[in-house]
Amino acid sequence: MPQTYNIAIIGGGIVGNAIARELSRYELKTILIEKETEVSFGTSKANSGIIHSGIHDDPKTLKGKLCVAGNKLWEELSRELKIPFNRVGEILVARSESDIPILQNFIVNARTNGIPAEMVGERRLREMEPNLSKDIKAGLLASSAGVIPPYEMTYALYENAVQNGVEYLLDSKVTNITKDGSGFVIQAGSKEIRADRIINAAGVYADDIAKFVGADNFKINPRKGEEYLLDKRLDNINNHIIFPTPTPTSKGVLVIKTIENSTMIGPTADDIEDKEDTRTSEEGLAKILDFVRTMVPGIDKSDIIASFAGIRPVSNTNDFIIEESKAAPYFINAAGIQSPGLTAAPAIALMVVDILKNSGLKLQKKKKYNKYDKPHRRFSLASNKEKELLIKLNNSYGNVICRCETVTEAEVVAAIRNGAKTIDGIKFRTRAGMGRCQAGFCIHHVMKILSKELDIPEENITKRDGESNIVKEKR
Amino acid sequence: MKKLSVDIIVIGAGPGGMAAALKANEMGIKNILLVDRLPEPGGILQQCIHNGFGLQKFHKDLTGPEYADMYIKQLKNSNIQVLLQAMAIEITHNNRVILSNKADGLIEVGAKAIVLAMGCRERTRQQVSIPGTRPSGIFTAGVAQRFMNIEGYLPGKEVVVVGSGDIGLIMARRMTLEGAKVHAVTELLPYPGGLTRNIVQCLNDYDIPLYLRHNVIEIFGKDRVTGVKIADFGEEGNPPRKTFEVSCDTLLFSVGLIPENELSRMIPLMMNPLTGGPFIDDTFMTSKPGVFICGNAAFVNDLADYVSLEGEIAGVSAAKFALGNYQNDPRIPTVAGQNVRFVTPNFISRNDSATLYIRVKSPITDVRITSSKNIVHIVKKIVKPSEMIEIKLDKEMLKKIKALPASPSGGKEFRIDVGQE
Repeated sequence: MPQTYNIAIIGGGIVGNAIARELSRYELKTILIEKETEVSFGTSKANSGIIHSGIHDDPKTLKGKLCVAGNKLWEELSRELKIPFNRVGEILVARSESDIPILQNFIVNARTNGIPAEMVGERRLREMEPNLSKDIKAGLLASSAGVIPPYEMTYALYENAVQNGVEYLLDSKVTNITKDGSGFVIQAGSKEIRADRIINAAGVYADDIAKFVGADNFKINPRKGEEYLLDKRLDNINNHIIFPTPTPTSKGVLVIKTIENSTMIGPTADDIEDKEDTRTSEEGLAKILDFVRTMVPGIDKSDIIASFAGIRPVSNTNDFIIEESKAAPYFINAAGIQSPGLTAAPAIALMVVDILKNSGLKLQKKKKYNKYDKPHRRFSLASNKEKELLIKLNNSYGNVICRCETVTEAEVVAAIRNGAKTIDGIKFRTRAGMGRCQAGFCIHHVMKILSKELDIPEENITKRDGESNIVKEKR
Repeated sequence: MKKLSVDIIVIGAGPGGMAAALKANEMGIKNILLVDRLPEPGGILQQCIHNGFGLQKFHKDLTGPEYADMYIKQLKNSNIQVLLQAMAIEITHNNRVILSNKADGLIEVGAKAIVLAMGCRERTRQQVSIPGTRPSGIFTAGVAQRFMNIEGYLPGKEVVVVGSGDIGLIMARRMTLEGAKVHAVTELLPYPGGLTRNIVQCLNDYDIPLYLRHNVIEIFGKDRVTGVKIADFGEEGNPPRKTFEVSCDTLLFSVGLIPENELSRMIPLMMNPLTGGPFIDDTFMTSKPGVFICGNAAFVNDLADYVSLEGEIAGVSAAKFALGNYQNDPRIPTVAGQNVRFVTPNFISRNDSATLYIRVKSPITDVRITSSKNIVHIVKKIVKPSEMIEIKLDKEMLKKIKALPASPSGGKEFRIDVGQE
């Protein structure tokens, strides 16, 4: 007889993990099911890390409401989970005279929604962003926008949820869901999971999951976005997140300031068929470069150190779909969570809790809930005094294994003890391999540590599970 | 924080750093600290198990580890302190070096002179913007070399090499000897990036095809590389005249080396965009007094032998600086003229002898290398971008250079041109 859970969450991205962590406050038996070998390996691993102000979205939509609500929750959340968050602000720039009235309209909208926003003239704009194109004469500053490290955040939510009792079933693709009385039986990998309620946070696959119980009154259209990261040596090429003036259909291509103080450019927005198609393309790169150079002309192709692409789950309503299915009671969709999904994630989690309450679930707060995650010590961000203390505490902080990002052996070991199993899992948690040499110097160090900690031979170590082994055979 | 005070600190124990430390020691400097991040000295030499090292320096044909050993033996017999598994994480603006290692934690080293010998790193797939998927099986040639020769793992079995740099050529042969099949070496330019001897000994001798004016333009495979699309650009360039696909499980990138100068930027040193290293004079001093640099951190060399020779010069200069008898003679800038990509060092100051290195922009035959006032006049059959040209300047020539009249633009300069006979 399989175990019965009060709640099963399907999907281990930022949304699934935010919900898991929120539910871990209550006396509930909760499980999160993820098809990949680690959480944050789907759309969330390609997130830009922007906490939007909400200025781009229509306040009448769920996207607009939850973006503004979510934005306000990030200070507290990042403090509790000990993840850096920086309100760097976003600037929407006018690339032509005709953009200025559009921006002024945005200001009016922003005021009604309580979003801080102001027009900025040429002189101040130049002071704030000295590398902006000379053709840009005005902009709109929305100071509440910020940046976080998106994968580290997803892992912190996961760690905190685990710490508070949420179970995780990884490497287990959901292949079927059947109704059983008022609850459900979920076929996940080789396991059968019984749950009273299901929360569908399956990202680009949310429609496929919903179809199992007839809750698929929507369709998810994958929309690819390519992004390119520039060498952090060029710090302060931009100081804010720079947007063009939006068109009715697009936020445009951005010059993003990351939490690491480096610059990222992108994304593209291409509707595609294949939900796994994360190829980058020559056309995508050309489009991005052409576009961002109209805003920051100094950006150069030779400064790119990494590229990637992610797939946004865009629903056919173009809005978030967060509701209990009418066709399948106790099955709650959290679907179509495209941008500003990261910003909205903590607000989505609260909304899901309300939906659960309204569906008759009794929520009782745990006596022993710990909202704080353990510290994620980053050697590179520590002062020399703190570095000394860290090495005294654990001398493997003295062993720098990733030169470009100054990541130590101790941080890699900690990542593995927190659940990392693969080279990518280590990279997303610690940044080892994310820098300009793209793991050339650190990969064999990381493989050795993984091999020792997990007690598996080095030739079995993979980039991200499956057939992605790093080396072919031992000699 | 533990504090150390030394006469000279050398950062990096490869062929440049070891030579610099030993030369400074020979000059009478006793308190020298040589640091490296790896567990043994030798740097990248330890993974270069092929021969061809030492022909210039020792007139012997050695492997990389054998070449390194020539210096390691001397280090053991010297009173140079060698600190291994220690990473230099910072150099402050007042020339203090912060090291991190397991045993000592952070160490702050004060030195009268610093020799930077960090070597270089490889340009990656990302830096040449090749689109497609991001599966495993993509390595820079040097990383594959480390897996093969140090870690003891075969990186892959069906190989395509992108770019024709020396390490890529060496690895094409190495992988073939280990039973892998190398299907192609592609090179975007009309001529190879590596040394002629490597084209012959690593590709031709093993029937590995070299595709000039070709480039990989897309990578396939979800988990592991399954193949690539190669474009033939012909003489017309973009768009390609045809494309074809090759199945493979491994891609090796050998598309250039970049001097490793993160520490130099912290100091900060003035950087030369043409070489990727700092501006240097012929004593190998940088823009910061007391900070010297040598080898591939200064500019990418063809041979380890050159790196050691530069290390010796930097070692002598650092020793003089530490002893307080370094003379800063007037510096005359060197200028890259016709068909010269770069000339280094950037300044001539010495009076006894000096060596300039130049790299040409494109290959030409029946060559005449000339300079301001014809002080240098060399005739060569052929020059190629892949082969650095050494120009030795003797006492007489240096005297003439110092006596050059001011150029129309103001100061004196020494210009080198490479033209056809």
